[in-house]
Amino acid sequence: MNKKYIIGTVDTVVGTVNQISTLWSSSDLWSTIKVRWSTGRMNYSVKQGLYAIGTPNADSDIFVSANYKLSFDHLRRALHGMNAWVLVLDTKGINVWCAAGKKTFSTENIIKSIKNTSLEQIIKHRKIIVPQLGAPGVAAHEVKEKSGFSVIYGPVLACDIKPFIENGYKATPSMRKVNFTLKERAKLIPVDLMYGKYKLMIAIGVILILSGIDKTGFSFSRIIETGSFSVCSVLWAYIAGIVITPLMLPYTPFRAFALKGAIWGTVSTLVIKQFFNVSNLNFIALGFFSISIASFAAMNFTGSSTYTSLSGVKKEMKWSIPLQIAFAAIGIILFIISKLV
Amino acid sequence: MKTMQYLKDVVTLQLNRDKCTGCMMCITVCPHEVFQFKDKKAFIQNRDQCMECGACAKNCPEGAISVRSGVGCAAGILNGLLKGTEASCDCSGTGSDCC
Ligand code: SF4
Ligand code: SF4
Repeated sequence: MNKKYIIGTVDTVVGTVNQISTLWSSSDLWSTIKVRWSTGRMNYSVKQGLYAIGTPNADSDIFVSANYKLSFDHLRRALHGMNAWVLVLDTKGINVWCAAGKKTFSTENIIKSIKNTSLEQIIKHRKIIVPQLGAPGVAAHEVKEKSGFSVIYGPVLACDIKPFIENGYKATPSMRKVNFTLKERAKLIPVDLMYGKYKLMIAIGVILILSGIDKTGFSFSRIIETGSFSVCSVLWAYIAGIVITPLMLPYTPFRAFALKGAIWGTVSTLVIKQFFNVSNLNFIALGFFSISIASFAAMNFTGSSTYTSLSGVKKEMKWSIPLQIAFAAIGIILFIISKLV
Repeated sequence: MKTMQYLKDVVTLQLNRDKCTGCMMCITVCPHEVFQFKDKKAFIQNRDQCMECGACAKNCPEGAISVRSGVGCAAGILNGLLKGTEASCDCSGTGSDCC
Protein backbone atom coordinates (compact mmCIF):
# COMPACT_ATOMS: atom_id res chain seq x y z
CA MET A 1 0.00 0.00 0.00
CA ASN A 2 1.29 3.46 -0.74
CA LYS A 3 2.08 5.65 2.24
CA LYS A 4 1.62 9.12 0.83
CA TYR A 5 0.41 10.29 4.21
CA ILE A 6 3.97 10.14 5.56
CA ILE A 7 5.51 13.50 4.70
CA GLY A 8 8.70 13.62 6.73
CA THR A 9 10.29 12.81 10.05
CA VAL A 10 10.57 14.48 13.43
CA ASP A 11 13.53 14.01 15.78
CA THR A 12 13.01 12.81 19.33
CA VAL A 13 15.35 11.74 22.13
CA VAL A 14 14.96 8.12 21.05
CA GLY A 15 15.23 8.59 17.31
CA THR A 16 13.10 9.78 14.43
CA VAL A 17 9.33 9.49 14.22
CA ASN A 18 7.36 9.61 10.99
CA GLN A 19 5.51 12.84 10.40
CA ILE A 20 2.08 12.48 8.78
CA SER A 21 -0.06 14.77 6.70
CA THR A 22 -3.39 16.09 7.95
CA LEU A 23 -4.69 16.33 4.41
CA TRP A 24 -6.22 13.57 2.38
CA SER A 25 -4.67 12.76 -0.95
CA SER A 26 -6.74 11.47 -3.82
CA SER A 27 -5.63 7.94 -3.01
CA ASP A 28 -6.86 8.33 0.59
CA LEU A 29 -10.21 9.42 -0.77
CA TRP A 30 -10.25 6.55 -3.21
CA SER A 31 -9.44 4.00 -0.53
CA THR A 32 -12.23 5.46 1.62
CA ILE A 33 -14.69 4.85 -1.18
CA LYS A 34 -13.37 1.35 -1.76
CA VAL A 35 -13.59 0.58 1.94
CA ARG A 36 -17.24 1.59 1.98
CA TRP A 37 -18.08 -0.68 -0.91
CA SER A 38 -16.04 -3.75 -0.31
CA THR A 39 -16.30 -6.55 2.16
CA GLY A 40 -12.58 -7.27 2.23
CA ARG A 41 -11.89 -4.20 4.27
CA MET A 42 -9.49 -5.77 6.68
CA ASN A 43 -6.45 -4.99 4.54
CA TYR A 44 -6.65 -1.27 4.95
CA SER A 45 -4.30 -1.06 7.85
CA VAL A 46 -1.63 1.36 8.98
CA LYS A 47 1.61 0.28 10.61
CA GLN A 48 1.42 0.45 14.39
CA GLY A 49 3.68 2.88 16.24
CA LEU A 50 4.11 6.55 16.97
CA TYR A 51 3.47 9.30 14.42
CA ALA A 52 3.88 13.06 14.55
CA ILE A 53 1.38 15.68 13.45
CA GLY A 54 3.13 19.01 12.79
CA THR A 55 6.17 19.41 15.03
CA PRO A 56 5.17 18.09 18.44
CA ASN A 57 7.42 18.29 21.51
CA ALA A 58 7.58 16.69 24.93
CA ASP A 59 4.48 18.57 26.10
CA SER A 60 2.21 17.78 23.13
CA ASP A 61 -0.97 15.75 23.36
CA ILE A 62 -1.01 12.06 22.51
CA PHE A 63 -3.97 10.62 20.63
CA VAL A 64 -4.44 6.87 20.52
CA SER A 65 -5.91 5.27 17.40
CA ALA A 66 -6.61 1.89 15.85
CA ASN A 67 -4.61 0.87 12.81
CA TYR A 68 -7.71 0.77 10.63
CA LYS A 69 -6.94 3.17 7.81
CA LEU A 70 -10.27 5.00 7.98
CA SER A 71 -10.03 5.68 11.72
CA PHE A 72 -6.44 6.85 11.23
CA ASP A 73 -7.41 9.07 8.29
CA HIS A 74 -10.24 10.73 10.17
CA LEU A 75 -8.06 11.32 13.19
CA ARG A 76 -5.19 12.92 11.30
CA ARG A 77 -7.58 15.11 9.35
CA ALA A 78 -9.22 16.23 12.60
CA LEU A 79 -5.81 17.21 14.00
CA HIS A 80 -5.09 19.60 11.14
CA GLY A 81 -3.05 22.60 12.23
CA MET A 82 -2.01 21.09 15.55
CA ASN A 83 1.22 19.71 16.93
CA ALA A 84 0.45 16.35 18.42
CA TRP A 85 1.44 12.71 18.64
CA VAL A 86 -0.61 9.83 17.33
CA LEU A 87 -0.09 6.41 18.88
CA VAL A 88 -1.40 3.72 16.54
CA LEU A 89 -2.21 0.36 18.10
CA ASP A 90 -2.16 -2.87 16.16
CA THR A 91 -5.83 -3.78 16.02
CA LYS A 92 -5.47 -6.02 12.96
CA GLY A 93 -6.83 -3.28 10.73
CA ILE A 94 -10.17 -3.12 12.54
CA ASN A 95 -11.83 0.08 13.69
CA VAL A 96 -11.74 1.26 17.29
CA TRP A 97 -15.24 0.19 18.27
CA CYS A 98 -15.06 -3.32 16.82
CA ALA A 99 -11.49 -3.79 18.00
CA ALA A 100 -12.53 -2.81 21.52
CA GLY A 101 -15.26 -5.44 21.32
CA LYS A 102 -12.76 -8.02 20.13
CA LYS A 103 -10.26 -6.88 22.77
CA THR A 104 -7.48 -5.99 20.35
CA PHE A 105 -7.99 -2.35 21.25
CA SER A 106 -7.21 -3.12 24.85
CA THR A 107 -5.52 -2.20 28.10
CA GLU A 108 -2.68 -4.61 27.37
CA ASN A 109 -2.18 -3.34 23.84
CA ILE A 110 -1.99 0.27 25.02
CA ILE A 111 0.52 -0.57 27.72
CA LYS A 112 2.60 -2.56 25.25
CA SER A 113 2.57 0.26 22.68
CA ILE A 114 3.59 2.81 25.30
CA LYS A 115 6.59 0.64 26.13
CA ASN A 116 7.50 -0.20 22.54
CA THR A 117 7.55 3.42 21.43
CA SER A 118 9.48 4.61 24.52
CA LEU A 119 6.76 7.15 25.09
CA GLU A 120 7.95 7.77 28.64
CA GLN A 121 11.23 9.15 27.34
CA ILE A 122 9.78 11.20 24.49
CA ILE A 123 7.01 12.84 26.49
CA LYS A 124 7.10 14.68 29.78
CA HIS A 125 3.43 14.53 30.73
CA ARG A 126 1.55 11.34 31.56
CA LYS A 127 -1.74 11.61 29.71
CA ILE A 128 -3.09 9.85 26.66
CA ILE A 129 -6.30 10.68 24.86
CA VAL A 130 -8.20 7.54 23.91
CA PRO A 131 -11.33 7.56 21.75
CA GLN A 132 -14.36 6.93 23.91
CA LEU A 133 -15.53 4.14 21.63
CA GLY A 134 -12.41 2.21 22.68
CA ALA A 135 -13.65 2.09 26.28
CA PRO A 136 -15.22 -1.40 26.07
CA GLY A 137 -11.69 -2.77 25.65
CA VAL A 138 -9.75 -0.42 27.89
CA ALA A 139 -9.79 -0.17 31.67
CA ALA A 140 -8.49 3.34 32.33
CA HIS A 141 -7.54 2.61 35.91
CA GLU A 142 -5.46 -0.42 34.86
CA VAL A 143 -3.59 1.53 32.20
CA LYS A 144 -2.73 4.11 34.84
CA GLU A 145 -1.64 1.49 37.32
CA LYS A 146 0.57 -0.43 34.91
CA SER A 147 2.00 2.30 32.69
CA GLY A 148 1.70 5.49 34.68
CA PHE A 149 -0.32 7.14 31.92
CA SER A 150 -3.81 8.46 32.68
CA VAL A 151 -6.44 7.79 30.09
CA ILE A 152 -8.61 10.71 29.07
CA TYR A 153 -11.54 9.61 26.98
CA GLY A 154 -11.95 11.81 23.93
CA PRO A 155 -15.11 12.42 21.92
CA VAL A 156 -16.92 9.78 19.87
CA LEU A 157 -16.33 11.68 16.64
CA ALA A 158 -12.86 12.73 15.54
CA CYS A 159 -14.22 16.04 14.31
CA ASP A 160 -15.15 16.98 17.88
CA ILE A 161 -11.51 16.82 19.00
CA LYS A 162 -10.90 20.55 18.69
CA PRO A 163 -14.04 21.58 20.62
CA PHE A 164 -13.10 18.87 23.14
CA ILE A 165 -9.67 20.47 23.68
CA GLU A 166 -11.18 23.95 23.87
CA ASN A 167 -13.55 22.61 26.49
CA GLY A 168 -10.58 21.74 28.72
CA TYR A 169 -10.20 18.12 27.60
CA LYS A 170 -13.73 17.30 28.62
CA ALA A 171 -16.25 15.75 26.27
CA THR A 172 -19.67 17.31 26.61
CA PRO A 173 -22.64 14.92 26.89
CA SER A 174 -23.41 15.40 23.21
CA MET A 175 -19.81 14.53 22.24
CA ARG A 176 -20.08 11.31 24.24
CA LYS A 177 -23.30 10.15 22.75
CA VAL A 178 -23.49 7.86 19.75
CA ASN A 179 -26.12 9.05 17.36
CA PHE A 180 -27.37 7.14 14.43
CA THR A 181 -28.38 9.68 11.85
CA LEU A 182 -29.84 9.10 8.44
CA LYS A 183 -26.47 9.95 6.92
CA GLU A 184 -24.64 7.42 9.07
CA ARG A 185 -27.18 4.73 8.32
CA ALA A 186 -26.94 5.46 4.61
CA LYS A 187 -23.15 5.14 4.67
CA LEU A 188 -23.39 1.58 5.94
CA ILE A 189 -25.72 0.39 3.21
CA PRO A 190 -23.14 -0.31 0.46
CA VAL A 191 -21.23 -2.78 2.60
CA ASP A 192 -24.43 -4.46 3.73
CA LEU A 193 -25.68 -4.68 0.17
CA MET A 194 -22.56 -6.58 -0.82
CA TYR A 195 -22.65 -8.66 2.32
CA GLY A 196 -25.67 -10.76 1.42
CA LYS A 197 -24.98 -11.04 -2.30
CA TYR A 198 -24.43 -14.80 -2.32
CA LYS A 199 -27.53 -15.53 -0.27
CA LEU A 200 -29.46 -13.31 -2.63
CA MET A 201 -28.16 -15.13 -5.67
CA ILE A 202 -29.18 -18.45 -4.14
CA ALA A 203 -32.69 -17.14 -3.44
CA ILE A 204 -33.00 -15.86 -7.00
CA GLY A 205 -31.63 -19.12 -8.38
CA VAL A 206 -34.15 -21.20 -6.44
CA ILE A 207 -37.06 -19.06 -7.51
CA LEU A 208 -35.91 -19.06 -11.15
CA ILE A 209 -35.62 -22.82 -11.28
CA LEU A 210 -39.06 -23.18 -9.70
CA SER A 211 -40.45 -20.74 -12.26
CA GLY A 212 -39.69 -23.26 -14.95
CA ILE A 213 -42.09 -25.89 -13.63
CA ASP A 214 -45.67 -26.49 -14.60
CA LYS A 215 -48.09 -29.36 -15.05
CA THR A 216 -46.25 -30.63 -18.08
CA GLY A 217 -42.81 -30.61 -16.55
CA PHE A 218 -39.95 -28.17 -16.77
CA SER A 219 -38.89 -25.80 -19.49
CA PHE A 220 -36.30 -23.08 -19.71
CA SER A 221 -38.39 -20.86 -21.91
CA ARG A 222 -41.05 -20.73 -19.19
CA ILE A 223 -38.47 -19.29 -16.82
CA ILE A 224 -38.16 -16.29 -19.07
CA GLU A 225 -41.93 -15.92 -19.49
CA THR A 226 -42.91 -16.15 -15.84
CA GLY A 227 -39.74 -15.56 -13.91
CA SER A 228 -39.63 -11.79 -14.09
CA PHE A 229 -42.21 -11.11 -11.38
CA SER A 230 -40.51 -13.60 -9.10
CA VAL A 231 -37.06 -12.19 -9.61
CA CYS A 232 -38.27 -8.63 -9.16
CA SER A 233 -40.05 -9.56 -5.94
CA VAL A 234 -37.01 -11.24 -4.47
CA LEU A 235 -34.68 -8.45 -5.50
CA TRP A 236 -36.96 -5.81 -4.06
CA ALA A 237 -37.50 -7.79 -0.88
CA TYR A 238 -33.74 -7.76 -0.40
CA ILE A 239 -33.56 -4.04 -1.08
CA ALA A 240 -36.51 -3.47 1.26
CA GLY A 241 -34.63 -5.26 4.01
CA ILE A 242 -31.18 -3.83 3.43
CA VAL A 243 -31.79 -0.34 2.09
CA ILE A 244 -35.30 0.82 2.94
CA THR A 245 -35.53 -0.58 6.47
CA PRO A 246 -32.29 1.03 7.70
CA LEU A 247 -33.15 4.36 6.09
CA MET A 248 -36.65 4.36 7.56
CA LEU A 249 -35.57 2.88 10.88
CA PRO A 250 -37.00 5.50 13.25
CA TYR A 251 -40.19 5.90 11.22
CA THR A 252 -41.10 2.23 11.04
CA PRO A 253 -43.27 0.76 13.78
CA PHE A 254 -42.04 -2.05 16.06
CA ARG A 255 -38.71 -2.27 17.84
CA ALA A 256 -37.65 -5.63 16.49
CA PHE A 257 -35.69 -5.38 13.23
CA ALA A 258 -37.26 -8.56 11.90
CA LEU A 259 -40.71 -6.96 12.11
CA LYS A 260 -39.56 -3.69 10.59
CA GLY A 261 -38.12 -5.66 7.68
CA ALA A 262 -41.30 -7.72 7.31
CA ILE A 263 -43.33 -4.53 6.95
CA TRP A 264 -41.16 -3.22 4.14
CA GLY A 265 -41.08 -6.64 2.51
CA THR A 266 -44.88 -6.59 2.42
CA VAL A 267 -44.99 -3.08 1.04
CA SER A 268 -42.48 -3.86 -1.67
CA THR A 269 -44.36 -6.96 -2.87
CA LEU A 270 -47.63 -5.00 -2.95
CA VAL A 271 -46.01 -2.27 -5.02
CA ILE A 272 -44.36 -4.67 -7.46
CA LYS A 273 -47.60 -6.54 -8.01
CA GLN A 274 -48.98 -3.39 -9.66
CA PHE A 275 -46.55 -3.83 -12.52
CA PHE A 276 -47.21 -7.48 -13.28
CA ASN A 277 -50.18 -9.54 -14.22
CA VAL A 278 -49.94 -12.55 -11.92
CA SER A 279 -52.34 -14.94 -10.29
CA ASN A 280 -53.35 -14.33 -6.69
CA LEU A 281 -51.78 -17.57 -5.54
CA ASN A 282 -48.52 -16.71 -7.22
CA PHE A 283 -48.62 -13.29 -5.61
CA ILE A 284 -49.32 -14.67 -2.13
CA ALA A 285 -46.54 -17.22 -2.52
CA LEU A 286 -44.04 -14.53 -3.48
CA GLY A 287 -45.37 -12.39 -0.64
CA PHE A 288 -44.47 -15.02 1.95
CA PHE A 289 -41.07 -15.58 0.39
CA SER A 290 -40.33 -11.85 0.17
CA ILE A 291 -41.37 -11.12 3.73
CA SER A 292 -39.02 -13.82 4.90
CA ILE A 293 -36.13 -12.38 2.88
CA ALA A 294 -36.77 -8.76 3.88
CA SER A 295 -37.14 -9.69 7.52
CA PHE A 296 -33.92 -11.68 7.56
CA ALA A 297 -32.01 -9.04 5.64
CA ALA A 298 -33.24 -6.30 7.96
CA MET A 299 -32.24 -8.28 11.00
CA ASN A 300 -28.68 -8.29 9.74
CA PHE A 301 -28.60 -4.56 10.16
CA THR A 302 -28.57 -5.06 13.94
CA GLY A 303 -24.82 -5.53 13.57
CA SER A 304 -24.39 -2.12 11.96
CA SER A 305 -26.85 -0.28 14.14
CA THR A 306 -25.37 1.41 17.13
CA TYR A 307 -27.99 0.67 19.73
CA THR A 308 -28.86 -3.03 19.72
CA SER A 309 -27.78 -5.24 22.60
CA LEU A 310 -26.65 -8.85 22.48
CA SER A 311 -29.49 -9.93 24.77
CA GLY A 312 -32.01 -8.08 22.63
CA VAL A 313 -30.85 -9.52 19.32
CA LYS A 314 -30.76 -13.02 20.79
CA LYS A 315 -34.29 -12.63 22.03
CA GLU A 316 -35.45 -11.33 18.68
CA MET A 317 -33.75 -14.12 16.75
CA LYS A 318 -35.29 -16.79 18.93
CA TRP A 319 -38.75 -16.17 17.55
CA SER A 320 -37.97 -14.53 14.23
CA ILE A 321 -35.66 -17.10 12.63
CA PRO A 322 -38.18 -19.98 12.93
CA LEU A 323 -40.83 -17.65 11.52
CA GLN A 324 -38.60 -16.57 8.65
CA ILE A 325 -37.86 -20.18 7.80
CA ALA A 326 -41.59 -21.03 7.99
CA PHE A 327 -42.51 -18.09 5.76
CA ALA A 328 -39.90 -19.06 3.19
CA ALA A 329 -41.09 -22.67 3.23
CA ILE A 330 -44.77 -21.70 2.90
CA GLY A 331 -43.81 -19.32 0.10
CA ILE A 332 -41.96 -22.00 -1.83
CA ILE A 333 -44.71 -24.60 -1.36
CA LEU A 334 -47.44 -22.18 -2.45
CA PHE A 335 -45.28 -21.14 -5.37
CA ILE A 336 -44.92 -24.72 -6.55
CA ILE A 337 -48.67 -25.27 -6.12
CA SER A 338 -49.40 -22.10 -8.07
CA LYS A 339 -47.34 -23.52 -10.92
CA LEU A 340 -49.12 -26.87 -10.91
CA VAL A 341 -52.75 -25.77 -10.78
CA MET B 1 -34.89 13.08 16.57
CA LYS B 2 -35.54 11.01 19.63
CA THR B 3 -33.17 8.22 20.54
CA MET B 4 -33.97 5.00 18.80
CA GLN B 5 -34.98 2.36 21.27
CA TYR B 6 -34.48 -1.34 21.03
CA LEU B 7 -36.37 -4.10 22.83
CA LYS B 8 -37.56 -3.43 26.37
CA ASP B 9 -36.40 -5.18 29.53
CA VAL B 10 -33.79 -7.45 28.04
CA VAL B 11 -30.43 -5.98 29.03
CA THR B 12 -28.25 -7.60 31.67
CA LEU B 13 -26.84 -4.38 33.14
CA GLN B 14 -26.52 -4.33 36.96
CA LEU B 15 -25.22 -1.59 39.22
CA ASN B 16 -24.31 -2.15 42.85
CA ARG B 17 -24.70 1.31 44.30
CA ASP B 18 -23.16 0.26 47.63
CA LYS B 19 -19.79 -0.18 45.92
CA CYS B 20 -20.04 3.03 43.88
CA THR B 21 -17.76 5.87 44.90
CA GLY B 22 -19.15 8.35 42.42
CA CYS B 23 -16.08 8.68 40.20
CA MET B 24 -18.35 9.26 37.17
CA MET B 25 -16.27 7.08 34.88
CA CYS B 26 -19.30 5.08 33.78
CA ILE B 27 -21.08 8.26 32.84
CA THR B 28 -18.07 9.34 30.78
CA VAL B 29 -17.70 6.14 28.78
CA CYS B 30 -21.33 5.22 28.14
CA PRO B 31 -22.31 6.05 24.55
CA HIS B 32 -26.03 6.01 25.32
CA GLU B 33 -26.47 8.13 28.44
CA VAL B 34 -27.66 5.16 30.45
CA PHE B 35 -26.29 6.51 33.74
CA GLN B 36 -26.99 9.64 35.66
CA PHE B 37 -25.41 11.13 38.71
CA LYS B 38 -27.76 11.08 41.67
CA ASP B 39 -26.97 11.55 45.38
CA LYS B 40 -23.21 11.52 44.65
CA LYS B 41 -23.44 8.13 43.00
CA ALA B 42 -24.19 6.64 39.62
CA PHE B 43 -27.76 5.66 38.87
CA ILE B 44 -29.23 3.64 35.98
CA GLN B 45 -31.54 6.12 34.33
CA ASN B 46 -32.18 4.67 30.87
CA ARG B 47 -31.77 0.93 31.15
CA ASP B 48 -33.44 0.12 27.84
CA GLN B 49 -30.93 2.26 25.96
CA CYS B 50 -28.03 0.08 27.06
CA MET B 51 -26.42 -1.80 24.16
CA GLU B 52 -24.31 -4.04 26.42
CA CYS B 53 -21.01 -2.75 25.12
CA GLY B 54 -19.38 -3.31 28.50
CA ALA B 55 -17.48 -0.01 28.62
CA CYS B 56 -18.92 0.98 31.99
CA ALA B 57 -18.17 -2.31 33.72
CA LYS B 58 -14.65 -2.38 32.28
CA ASN B 59 -13.90 1.14 33.47
CA CYS B 60 -15.51 1.08 36.90
CA PRO B 61 -12.57 1.02 39.29
CA GLU B 62 -14.76 -0.33 42.09
CA GLY B 63 -16.22 -3.22 40.12
CA ALA B 64 -19.70 -1.93 40.88
CA ILE B 65 -21.13 -2.66 37.44
CA SER B 66 -21.78 -5.94 35.72
CA VAL B 67 -23.14 -6.56 32.23
CA ARG B 68 -22.93 -9.51 29.90
CA SER B 69 -21.26 -7.70 27.06
CA GLY B 70 -21.12 -8.67 23.44
CA VAL B 71 -22.06 -7.52 19.99
CA GLY B 72 -25.75 -7.07 19.25
CA CYS B 73 -25.38 -8.43 15.76
CA ALA B 74 -27.61 -11.07 14.20
CA ALA B 75 -25.03 -12.22 11.67
CA GLY B 76 -22.49 -12.62 14.44
CA ILE B 77 -24.84 -14.61 16.62
CA LEU B 78 -25.77 -16.86 13.69
CA ASN B 79 -22.10 -17.42 12.90
CA GLY B 80 -21.50 -18.25 16.52
CA LEU B 81 -24.36 -20.74 16.55
CA LEU B 82 -23.22 -22.44 13.37
CA LYS B 83 -19.60 -22.68 14.44
CA GLY B 84 -20.34 -23.33 18.09
CA THR B 85 -18.38 -20.29 19.24
CA GLU B 86 -19.20 -16.97 20.85
CA ALA B 87 -21.06 -14.44 18.77
CA SER B 88 -18.51 -12.57 16.71
CA CYS B 89 -19.25 -9.84 14.26
CA ASP B 90 -17.35 -9.15 11.09
CA CYS B 91 -18.22 -5.54 11.79
CA SER B 92 -19.48 -3.60 8.86
CA GLY B 93 -18.67 -0.50 10.84
CA THR B 94 -20.25 1.85 13.30
CA GLY B 95 -20.57 4.93 11.20
CA SER B 96 -18.81 6.86 13.89
CA ASP B 97 -15.40 7.44 12.45
CA CYS B 98 -16.23 10.82 11.09
CA CYS B 99 -18.70 13.59 10.84
S1 SF4 C 1 -22.84 -1.50 28.69
FE1 SF4 C 1 -22.32 0.24 27.37
S2 SF4 C 1 -24.30 1.07 26.77
FE2 SF4 C 1 -24.68 -0.24 28.53
S3 SF4 C 1 -24.59 1.12 30.26
FE3 SF4 C 1 -22.55 0.27 30.02
S4 SF4 C 1 -21.47 1.74 28.76
FE4 SF4 C 1 -23.65 2.22 28.59
S1 SF4 D 1 -17.60 3.99 37.45
FE1 SF4 D 1 -18.21 2.73 39.21
S2 SF4 D 1 -17.55 3.87 40.99
FE2 SF4 D 1 -17.48 5.28 39.26
S3 SF4 D 1 -19.47 6.30 39.30
FE3 SF4 D 1 -19.69 4.57 37.94
S4 SF4 D 1 -20.42 2.90 39.23
FE4 SF4 D 1 -19.65 4.49 40.58
